[in-house]
Amino acid sequence: MSDVLDAYPQLLRGAWTTVQLTVYGSVLALVLALVFGLAGTARSAWVRAVGRVYVEFFRGMATLVLMYWFFYALPLVGFRFTPMAAAVLSLGLNIGAYGAEVVRGAVRAVPKAQYEATVALNFTPVQRMRRVILPQAVALMLPPFGNLVIELMKGSAVVSLITIGDLTFRAKQIQNATGETLWTYVAILLIYFVIAQALQSLVRLAERRVDRMLGRRAEAT
Amino acid sequence: MPPTEKKALPAGQAPGLKFEKVVKRFGANAVLRELDFAVAPGERVTLIGPSGSGKTTILRLLMTLERPDGGLIWIGDDTLWHRERGGKRVPANQKHLHEMRKQVGMVFQQFNLFPNMSVLRNLTEAPVRVLGLSRDEAVERATSLLDLVGLADKADAHPTRLSGGQQQRVAIARALAMQPKVLLLDEVTSALDPELVVGVQDLLRDIARESDLTLLCVTHEMRFARDISDRVLMFDQGQIVEQGPPDQIFNEPTEQRTRDFLQAVLAT
Repeated sequence: MSDVLDAYPQLLRGAWTTVQLTVYGSVLALVLALVFGLAGTARSAWVRAVGRVYVEFFRGMATLVLMYWFFYALPLVGFRFTPMAAAVLSLGLNIGAYGAEVVRGAVRAVPKAQYEATVALNFTPVQRMRRVILPQAVALMLPPFGNLVIELMKGSAVVSLITIGDLTFRAKQIQNATGETLWTYVAILLIYFVIAQALQSLVRLAERRVDRMLGRRAEAT
Repeated sequence: MPPTEKKALPAGQAPGLKFEKVVKRFGANAVLRELDFAVAPGERVTLIGPSGSGKTTILRLLMTLERPDGGLIWIGDDTLWHRERGGKRVPANQKHLHEMRKQVGMVFQQFNLFPNMSVLRNLTEAPVRVLGLSRDEAVERATSLLDLVGLADKADAHPTRLSGGQQQRVAIARALAMQPKVLLLDEVTSALDPELVVGVQDLLRDIARESDLTLLCVTHEMRFARDISDRVLMFDQGQIVEQGPPDQIFNEPTEQRTRDFLQAVLAT
């Protein structure tokens, strides 16, 4: 056990890489989710189809397979990615597809009466979305987004297979060096858990903010 | 109404409205069948009649929330759902609708305030974003309108913290903040607790009397209809059964269907 504790700088480095992957991947996923999720609510059938294709394609694809494509297959036809870029793209594209469905569902769940009020006040279609519909939809998106971010963080463990030094990768190194299989994996189990809890509290913080904005929670007195 | 509050109201010549053989279908169900009627500039007209008779559809067509299946709707000298191109009448595009909607405001049965904004922001957002007012101008306009509806102290409140009656007052102020020339009232007191109804109705009556708005109102409240309108239209199955000044419609209706309807409404 003490061998594992002695290797803590390595574990910390690995944890930091995992956090970086999670942050970059989540930002990419969020952007993709908004773009393709909103496409899914568009009036034009063509735009909706683009959203659909993205979701169906990347939702049905294993992150690991995507990553192998970016890392091993695409370089053969001239597209080269660093391991980190390949990992972030695969995680972001995959989770973004789930996120797009969340965005689409949340936007559709905002009462139609709100949309009608925006028409009556003569907002342009972009303003309707930006000023009224989306802010209300965000409240519905946050809990599922929280799940997805944690999902992405956990899913990032597969990046060790393309030589990225994330938490799982470091654990395997430590395990190899010390032979402490049990304690090594206990250690990373706990670290993954702590990261997930930290992400969860961030999401809860955001939920509270949005609830206050929508008047769903009594203002602090 | 004190003169300072009166200046918060939209002023200027209001346009008339005209429906010309307007058809509206929902699936196989024709709600309006070649409906013809006109409203004079500044006239206040109330639509009464049984549920499903097409009254609310008329307001929703005027607010561009529904698209007609046939006929022409005029606001002033312009057609709402059609525009001129090369001497021909073609379906309206977004730009035309945006232009036409500038004249029209609507108050909904369920208020439809934006829960993601304070009361003040509900009143300033559209004037700033759509009309291009400066934040200060919009706040000034909103404040005098909140004064008018008796809610000056609620500017920073959250809409969900208000009673139904207060929410509807805010919604009325929000519609007026866009300075419409035509105001559509869609059963604006139906969702209110009985003790709040009269206050909102009195407010609307004062606004109607003090402004030059062309007013089109759908209601089941006959006292309100009598109070607010120059003319009452009795609807049934998408057709005008009978029309006239409120006194005539409510005291000496000539049509049996009107009599039956009034009896049923007044009995409740």
